[in-house]
Amino acid sequence: MFHSSFDAVVPMLCVALAALAVMGAEAFRSRGETMPVGGLGIVGLIGAAVSSALLWNRNAISFGVIVADNFALFVTITLVIVGILTIMFSSPVVKRDGLPKGDFYALILFSIVGMMMMASANDLLVIFIGLEIMSIAVYVLTGIRRDDPRATEAAFKYFLLGAFSSAFFLYGIAFTYGLAGTTRLDRIGAFLAAQSMSDNRLILVALGLLLVGFAFKISAVPFHMWTPDAYEGAPAIVTGFMSTGVKAAAFAAFARVFLSAFEPFSGEWAPIVWWIAVATMILGTVVGVAQSNLKRMLAYSSIAHGGYLLVGLVAANQVGKAAILFYLLAYAVTNLAAFGVIALLGTKNAANDELRDYAGLWHSRPALAGLMTVCLLSLGGLPPTVGFIGKWYIFSAAVGAGYYGLAIIGVLTSVISVFFYLRVVVMMYMSDQPATVVFPPVSTVGMAALVASIVVILALGILPTPVLNLAAESIATIF
Amino acid sequence: MIPLGHYLIVSAILFAIGTCGVFLRRNLITILLSIEIMLNAVNLTFIAFARQHGSVDGQIIVFFVMTVAAAEAAVGLAIVIGLFRHRESLNPDAFTLLKW
Repeated sequence: MFHSSFDAVVPMLCVALAALAVMGAEAFRSRGETMPVGGLGIVGLIGAAVSSALLWNRNAISFGVIVADNFALFVTITLVIVGILTIMFSSPVVKRDGLPKGDFYALILFSIVGMMMMASANDLLVIFIGLEIMSIAVYVLTGIRRDDPRATEAAFKYFLLGAFSSAFFLYGIAFTYGLAGTTRLDRIGAFLAAQSMSDNRLILVALGLLLVGFAFKISAVPFHMWTPDAYEGAPAIVTGFMSTGVKAAAFAAFARVFLSAFEPFSGEWAPIVWWIAVATMILGTVVGVAQSNLKRMLAYSSIAHGGYLLVGLVAANQVGKAAILFYLLAYAVTNLAAFGVIALLGTKNAANDELRDYAGLWHSRPALAGLMTVCLLSLGGLPPTVGFIGKWYIFSAAVGAGYYGLAIIGVLTSVISVFFYLRVVVMMYMSDQPATVVFPPVSTVGMAALVASIVVILALGILPTPVLNLAAESIATIF
Repeated sequence: MIPLGHYLIVSAILFAIGTCGVFLRRNLITILLSIEIMLNAVNLTFIAFARQHGSVDGQIIVFFVMTVAAAEAAVGLAIVIGLFRHRESLNPDAFTLLKW
């Protein structure tokens, strides 16, 4: 049984070893000594990126359940980018808020391991294990500021609904196992291809339960209730991390399960996902307009972005699948940078995350205001940013697959969403009454991360072709 | 021999009891216990199917689920303790800093 090599798990192994090294360094340091644990984490993540690049086009399989196909590797590299940016943004935040340094970075790295596992798992049980490794670490990260009652409350709400949805997901796996006699996605696909709906109503139960589990994780309407609370209460940088990394990993697993194993029943789930996508786009945008807290507003915006990704999943043609991957990368970099700005502008005792705190930011922090503007324009999908290209491909995939309604609703909601992104921009530049809050000085590392993400946003917005080709190549190998 | 359907019905009832508990009970510890009931209902389903298929896969999965449930319970209880320190209450309705 062990003819398979370890190749496919090497990227995960790099990050896991880095996480263990961080824990060890923190546990065995002498009092008062500081360890470069953030640097250790970055080394591990770069190792994962390099090994992913080496595994490209090789379709390595380890133990039959972890596959390193190009789809998994593309998501892995996206997650590495998320991880590196998160660590860079956190380094000033950890110092400022007095967070336990070793714990914080180790949890970030462990949750990235879980995310990578979800992206590359070829077995429902392994997806579940990856999901839990990721989720449990992120629950703790949400509540890592124990002195802050809001963060603890956010952690509890996130934990409660996360554990609740895991039970649904697991129940779905149980029924799938009961039907197919296996949890391996390829065998489930082969089994389901030979079935028809009238044969077995249990398939619909399994499908529904798995859909509920995934919908919770990607915070799709009507399973989004935890998102605004968890995103508002968590420290800004953790919100940035979980709104990008968790969503990317959950979407990768969602796409793999539904577009490979459950592909024969796409006639059953596509209409349901169609409705979920419409509800998610509309609710995320409409409720987002009414928010006065920037973090909460971006939480609703991230719900809406989940809806756009679902459009790609419904369309499920070649363009749609490649567009999901490209959009995940685009959204991850942009959203993380936006939350990075919020994190850098907060202080230990004041989060400075209300919309009115940003009034007149242009006068006090021109560079940050400029960078934030690029992020917001990219989230709104305006050219020449990567957000525009991502949305363009998603909607053209929907049109290509004949889902004109979805494309129209998507474009309309994006137009409305531009309104609330621009509201922040207008406040930053044109407010007569500057906010009274005092912003802390911005650290060099944080600024470097921000500039790097802006460069990516603009570069991919102007020259998207190489990455789009990579995304197209990634999906060619599996679906 | 008890037919498969009976096991599935019992586990579905257990799952429903757990789900109702999460929504209806107003004590954080009881809510955590309800989630454990849901996970154990799933375990029962796995074992019933494993017996039907005559494979051990389902039983091995149960061990994984138990491990995950233990880790989840540890983190959940830690978060509940953190909440209790701030509010001196275990009633979920007392936690209203963030609007639902």
